Formats: sequence, structure tokens, C-alpha cells
Amino acid sequence: MRLSLVIWRQADATAAGDFERYELTDIAPEVSILELLDMLNAQLVAENRDPVAFDHDCREGICGSCGLMVNGQAHGPVDSTPACLQRARSFEDGDIVTMEPFRADAFPVIRDLVVDRSSLDRIIASGGYVSTATNAAPEALTMSVNKIESDVAMDHAACIGCGACVAACPNAAAQLFTGAKVAHLAQLPQGQVERYERVRSMVETMEEDFGSCTNFGECVPACPADIQLDVIALLNRDYARSMFRVSGDEEVRHKDRRDIPWLSRLRSGPWWQSDPDDQPHATS
Amino acid sequence: MIDLDQRRAVGEPIHDAAPTGDIRTLWDDHLLDLKLVNPANRRRFKVIVVGTGLAGAGAAATLSELGYQVEAFTLHDAPRRAHSVAAQGGINAAKAYKADGDSVDRLFRDTVKGGDFRSREADVHRLSEMSVRVIDHMTALGVPFAREYGGQIATRSFGGVQVSRTFYARGQTGQQLQIAGSQQLLKEVGAGRLTLHTRMEMLDLIVADGRAAGIVTRDMVTGEIRPHTAHAVVLATGGYGNVYFKSTLAKSSNVTATWRAHKRGALFGNPCFVQFHPTSLPVSNEWQSKTTLMSESLRNDGRVWVPKVAGDDRPPNDIPEDERDYYLERMYPSFGNLAPRDISSRAAKAQLDAGKGVGPLRNGVYLDFADAIARLGRKTMEERYGNLLDLYVDATGEDPYTAPMRIAPGPHFVMGGLWTDYNQMSNIPGLFVGGEASFNYHGANRLGANSLLSASVDGWFVLPWTVANYLAPRLGTEVPPDDHPDVEAAVSETRERVDALLAVQGTRGPDEYHKELGQLLMDHVGVERHADGLAKGMDAIRELRDDFWMNVQVVGHGQQLNQELERAGRIADYLELSELMALDALDRDESAGAHFRSEHQTEDGEALRDDDNWTSGSAWAPPGEDGRPIRRSEPLTFEAVPLATRSYK
Repeated sequence: MRLSLVIWRQADATAAGDFERYELTDIAPEVSILELLDMLNAQLVAENRDPVAFDHDCREGICGSCGLMVNGQAHGPVDSTPACLQRARSFEDGDIVTMEPFRADAFPVIRDLVVDRSSLDRIIASGGYVSTATNAAPEALTMSVNKIESDVAMDHAACIGCGACVAACPNAAAQLFTGAKVAHLAQLPQGQVERYERVRSMVETMEEDFGSCTNFGECVPACPADIQLDVIALLNRDYARSMFRVSGDEEVRHKDRRDIPWLSRLRSGPWWQSDPDDQPHATS
Repeated sequence: MIDLDQRRAVGEPIHDAAPTGDIRTLWDDHLLDLKLVNPANRRRFKVIVVGTGLAGAGAAATLSELGYQVEAFTLHDAPRRAHSVAAQGGINAAKAYKADGDSVDRLFRDTVKGGDFRSREADVHRLSEMSVRVIDHMTALGVPFAREYGGQIATRSFGGVQVSRTFYARGQTGQQLQIAGSQQLLKEVGAGRLTLHTRMEMLDLIVADGRAAGIVTRDMVTGEIRPHTAHAVVLATGGYGNVYFKSTLAKSSNVTATWRAHKRGALFGNPCFVQFHPTSLPVSNEWQSKTTLMSESLRNDGRVWVPKVAGDDRPPNDIPEDERDYYLERMYPSFGNLAPRDISSRAAKAQLDAGKGVGPLRNGVYLDFADAIARLGRKTMEERYGNLLDLYVDATGEDPYTAPMRIAPGPHFVMGGLWTDYNQMSNIPGLFVGGEASFNYHGANRLGANSLLSASVDGWFVLPWTVANYLAPRLGTEVPPDDHPDVEAAVSETRERVDALLAVQGTRGPDEYHKELGQLLMDHVGVERHADGLAKGMDAIRELRDDFWMNVQVVGHGQQLNQELERAGRIADYLELSELMALDALDRDESAGAHFRSEHQTEDGEALRDDDNWTSGSAWAPPGEDGRPIRRSEPLTFEAVPLATRSYK
């Protein structure tokens, strides 16, 4: 099989980029899209030309490192499949295949097909976790979880964090990514304690970098982990509920208790722990 | 005749690696002996954690929670990516949730025996004890472990054991544990307590005044090379199986961090112990990037077979039952298809060597689910293995629900790694190692579902205690300044090495060398080894390395994202490590676990250990002035689990 690859080349974040066209021959049908890039790069290196930079790692669909637009579709022509598992057999002999980096303001290009997706991590860092200190967990069996609910939690937890949902979205929104994490933890008893603080904080962080969701649903077919739109419904529902349950304003949230002097003293801890730096005889 | 003494020197043995006492209370007793750091003083200590996989994320998050200043480094763009995500099958824990006779001591015994008596009893017992905490912790973090209908956590049995102690989250256990770990890490980042550096590769270890005092990194986006100093350094940088080029590992996994630490004096333990996974995808074309792992949990319900007659070209479903050889069930009646990985891999290789391989390149054996589908139904199979089987359909275009799958042995996990003591500290004070990067739990062969376990135990339940113990008496000491001569030397040596790679300006890309090296290793340091082959392999590796430094071509420059330069640096290290692997395999004149020397086997073709001479771990020091690596032996004693020959008949 023979393909023409038209690839976005951009030397670094500030350089102006452009498309370049390359020809590849002798392609076996089971070769993946990333392996097409391997083939091309071997050819480019042999000609002493700069190979195409692209992110990739596990090459079995689980790490979420890879991601590029192929003919305008995130990851490639096959739905729910990461680029590393998309095969050349999807194309016809002689096709022109266009490859671009993921498109979104929140994912600035670093080089060629490599983009910076740390904006996704900022969303997680703002609440996508259960706060449990190491060594503090109770015996796991003390908490029973209905099998069906656990399976649904697993469906949501399957997100690989590739960012294809954002790249596929006309608004570059991250609702599917954020919704998957919120829904995963909201589904389980472990996630209940921080449920509404979590969704509130994550949505607020998300809105700093990403566009707004207008229910196009383009994210779902692009998602390699098969995350479904219902997570966005749950995200919206929990976010709305959080308005009634959680005040975003720290002062308001704790006001009544701070107003009682003896209680606020207690809340700040015993006097000898109130400021660790004051300890006269700190020892190791 | 091969003169070993020309190739290696023998140094002083190591005697004090683990405390002695009653193995059942050893870790608890040891915790009492470990020194503590006052909560108020923790912020005065800076700890560097390299690698944010399951072990690294756990250590970094916990140390940060405790109040230490932690800086975590990963070469990925996000901490969630690490290769830990790829572990499919599950994680062992001695919870004994079924009435099948499991216990902490049984997991301990299985792990020691599975490792073919080449691991440290004390360390393995701790691994087994802490396994219980790991499941509690991971459940609390929100890992959606599979459940029974009554709401309890489900378990299954896994390669090499007869009890049901493997916890799993569909076929994505590693991913779920890793995501939970990276979320805890990001929680600390979000709270402003932990500094995370992404796309940052460790290129050297800084040893100042005899202690690990930091690392030298290259920013993979800007190319900036700079030092980071700290009171202690934790390496959780994974294994080096990618040295074989095609393996089950993710492409970024590499040996550079641990190898650089070795070059600075850290002992390298048992480098030749490499596990070949019996259920990986056979290579079908030149551009196939890896031998993707098909989790061995599939062996629970699959039956392994080849045609009885070599060269049988019929499609598998046309081969009648009595013309099939279910060789694992035949050779190992009590364990059958669940025989340990090394045994299964070697048995498969024997079938391939006998010309009974199947598939277009005759390089695989069948794994057949027909019986299980008939017994359990397709739906149950989909529930158990859905995404694994989908992966297979996609990679091959064949449907494992209607025709048997093809599998082959592929390099998978390295039991070897940096030598550590009971505290997971290397021989360089202040350098800690955890997860696959270290060497102490798995002996000569790792039990299935024990790798997620060892990474979790080290990261969450060992390093936070032992790092504190090291730091406590160092209160008041300062990290070396950037102009400290040892820091400056490490930085300038790193720059020189990067410049040297760019300066060769040869004609062959780094990947070409990697492919050639991989083939050399598969031929000489693979599933089966032999003294002559190993000696020949060592010489060939040396030649290839010389050629690399004469003719390698690295396109581009160093002040940019340059993936060719990254690869070249890692392959340069592989070219050194691989020689030590071959040397260690040559030196270890016995068969043990995954290390099978064809001159040491029983009449039945089983591994034949030499317990009189080799009940020991090998810890290699970097070459002395005469250029020979120095092997130091750590004698191993087996009291709780008496030495015995493994039998899976």
C-alpha cells in the first residue's frame, strides 16, 4: 500500500508552521498510524532531515500519550480508538492522509504534532481525587459497593487523559474529560465526602482554560475510552447542586463558626502546634 | 575456554543487607528502630523523586503529605502516563477473601518460590504483609476494583498460584492504580506543596561528598541542562526491558536514570534476570513497534496448544482435538496452563524451535478459549477480558472468540535493577530506589500480579518511612550549592555527553543500533542462554557500541525538543548495560528462574540451580581501573522457606 502523508511541521512553540507532503510505500495493512510516522521518520533520518516529533508511549491504547488529528478527526478515522491502534487498513491505496496536532487553545503546540496538555492536569489538581492520607485507609471490605454501580464507576474511570475530546470539540471544551472524573468519584462511596467541593473546584478551573460545552457531542466518538455523554449531564447536575451545598467563598463557608471566639481558638489547634516555627526545642 | 577473570573482578561480599530476627515481626520491629523527623522539621528537607509511576507517585505524594519539600520529575507530559498503566491483569494481596487457604505467609512463600530462591526473604515478607494495606489504600482512593454481586471485592487466580488473591479493575488494573496515584500527586501539586517537573529527563546523579545530593536534568522542550539538589534522591524509574528493542514495554521506558546512578557507583543487582512473558503478541511485520502484552490472566480460561506435527498449515479450527498438543497441560498436569511465566515461555520456545510454531511467520503458539466460551458463555468472557480481546482483534484482524489467539514469549519485566538494602537504599547514602528500578523482591522470576504490588508497597508503604530514617540525623545540613565542585562536574559531564552524541555526525540513526542490539540480545541473552553465546554476545555488543560512537547520526540540535537525541542517549546507555547483562548471565553459572543456562538443566529440561555456589545475589560495581566490572555477592539464606526445587508437575 502507498500513502501520501501531509503533516504539520512547526519547529517550536513560537515558529510559524506549515504542511509538508511525504510519500510512503510498502505499507502493510496492520501498520498503525504511529508506525506510519516511524516509517516516515526512518526515511527522513536516512536523508538527514528532521524527523516528525510526536508523543507516544505504550502503543497499546492505555497511556493516552499519543494524539493527533488525522484527516480532521481526533486520533483518526475509526471511532473510539487511539492513534496507536488505528491501522493503515482504514485508508485506500494512494490516499492523502493529513496529520495535524490536536487543535485547542488550551493545548499549545510544542513542536510538530506534540502539544502541551498540562491544562488537563490542572483540572485534576483542583479536585479530581479523594483526600486520603497514606496509611489511613480502613479495611477495604468495610465498604460494600453494588457491582453494577462499581462497573459504571469503572466505565467513567477508564478515561486515558489523551485530550481527544477537547480536540474534537468545536468549542475546545473539556466537559467530557472533567465529567468522567467527577462521575467516577461521584459513583463511589469513597467520593461522597468531597463530592460537591470537587465538582465546583474542577469546573471553575476548567473554565479558565477551556471553551464551553454546547452539547455537540463530537467528543464521544473521538474518545478512545468510550466515555459517554451522560458524564456531562452528571457534571452539570452536580455542579448545579453544588451551588446550594457549597459556597465558593471560604469566608462565608466558615463564617458562623469563626465568629465564636472560643471555638475559633479550638479550631486553630492546641497552642503548642499553632505555629511550628515557634517551638523552642524542635528536635528530630 | 572462556576466561571469566579477564572479563570481571570479584569484590568483597555484602553481608548486612537485611536485619535478622523473626521474619514475621521483622518489619514491625524495624519500624520501631527507624528514626523519625519532627513534623515541624520536615519542611527543612528537600527530597527529589524521579519517575511518577506507581512507585514514584506514591512516594512523592506521601512524602509531600508528611510535610517534606518534594520535587517530582517525569519525562512524560503528565504524571498519569507512566508504564504502570499497562499492567492489565491485577495486583496480588494476601487478603484471603476466599476460603482457599491463602495468607500473608503463603503469598510470601509463593513469591520466594516463584523467584526460584534468589530474592531476600525479609524483603519478600514485608511485601506480602503490606499487600493488605495497599488494597485498603487503593480502595479508599477510589480505585474501582471489580466487585461481586454482594458488594465485596472480587479476586481471581493468576499465573503460578493456586489461590485466588489477585485484585483487578477490568483489564486495566495498572491504569486505575496509576491514575489514583497520580491524582494524589496532583492533589499535592494543587495544594502548592509539591513541585512537579514534566518533560524533564534525568541524565545524571549528583553525588556530593559521598552522598546522593541531586540530579542533572535535561528539559526536553528547551534542551536546558541544569542541576537540582536535595537531601535525598528517590529513583522510581522503572525497568530496562526495552533494551531488547521489541518488548511489551512502553516506548519511553529506559534505563538511563538507574544506569547513570550505577556509573556514579550504585551497585547494579542481577542485571541478567529478565522475564519473558509467555503471552505477548508475535511479531508480524518489520514496523510492528512492540510485542504487545496479552495479559496472562487469559491463561486462566485459555488453553495453550500447538499442532502435534511440525509444519501443520491447516487453520486452527480444522485441526482435530487428537492432533493438538496441549503441551503445558501434558507436561505440568497440576498447574497446566497456569505454569509460571519462565516455564511457559521456555516451553513455548521449545515448541517454536521444534518447528511447531503457528501463524504466518510460524513464531507463535495458540491460546484457545473455545472450552471457556462453551462453559461460561461469551458474555462472561467479554466481561472478564473484553478490552484485551478487542486489542487483539485490532492488532491482528482475527477474532479470538471464534479462532484461537496466537501468542509468543516477549521480553517483559526485569527482576534486576539497582541493588538496595532493606530500607530500599542503594550503597550510595541518600539514594533510594523503588519499584521495578530496584531488584530485591522478585528473585530470578516474578510472579504474575506482583509488579503492581512491589511498586505500590515501595512507594506508599516503605520509602516514606525509610527516607525519613535517613534524613532524621541530617537535620541542619544544607544541600550543596550549584557551584559545589561535584555538582558542577556532573553538569559539565552531562553537557559533554550530549554534545558528544551530536558531534558524531555519522550515517546511522539511533533506532538502527537499537534494533541490532535487540536482536543480539534475543539471540544470546534471551529465553535461553549458553556460555559460548554469552561470550560471543559480549564481544558483539562491544563492537556495536564502538560503531555507535563512530557512526551514529543524531539529526537536529540540543536546544529543542529532539526525540532523536533522547533516543540516542538512551541507546548509548543500553549499549553499556547490555554488556553487563551478558556478563552477569555468563558469570552466574547456573540456571535459576528466568535465567536458563542450557548447560544447566535436568534430564526433563528444567532449570537446574546450583545452590551450593549461587544462593546469592550479584551486585555489580562499575569497572575498576583495569576496566573490569566488579561483582560483589550478597549471600542469601532461606529459613522460613527452605530451599527446594520448584516443581509444577
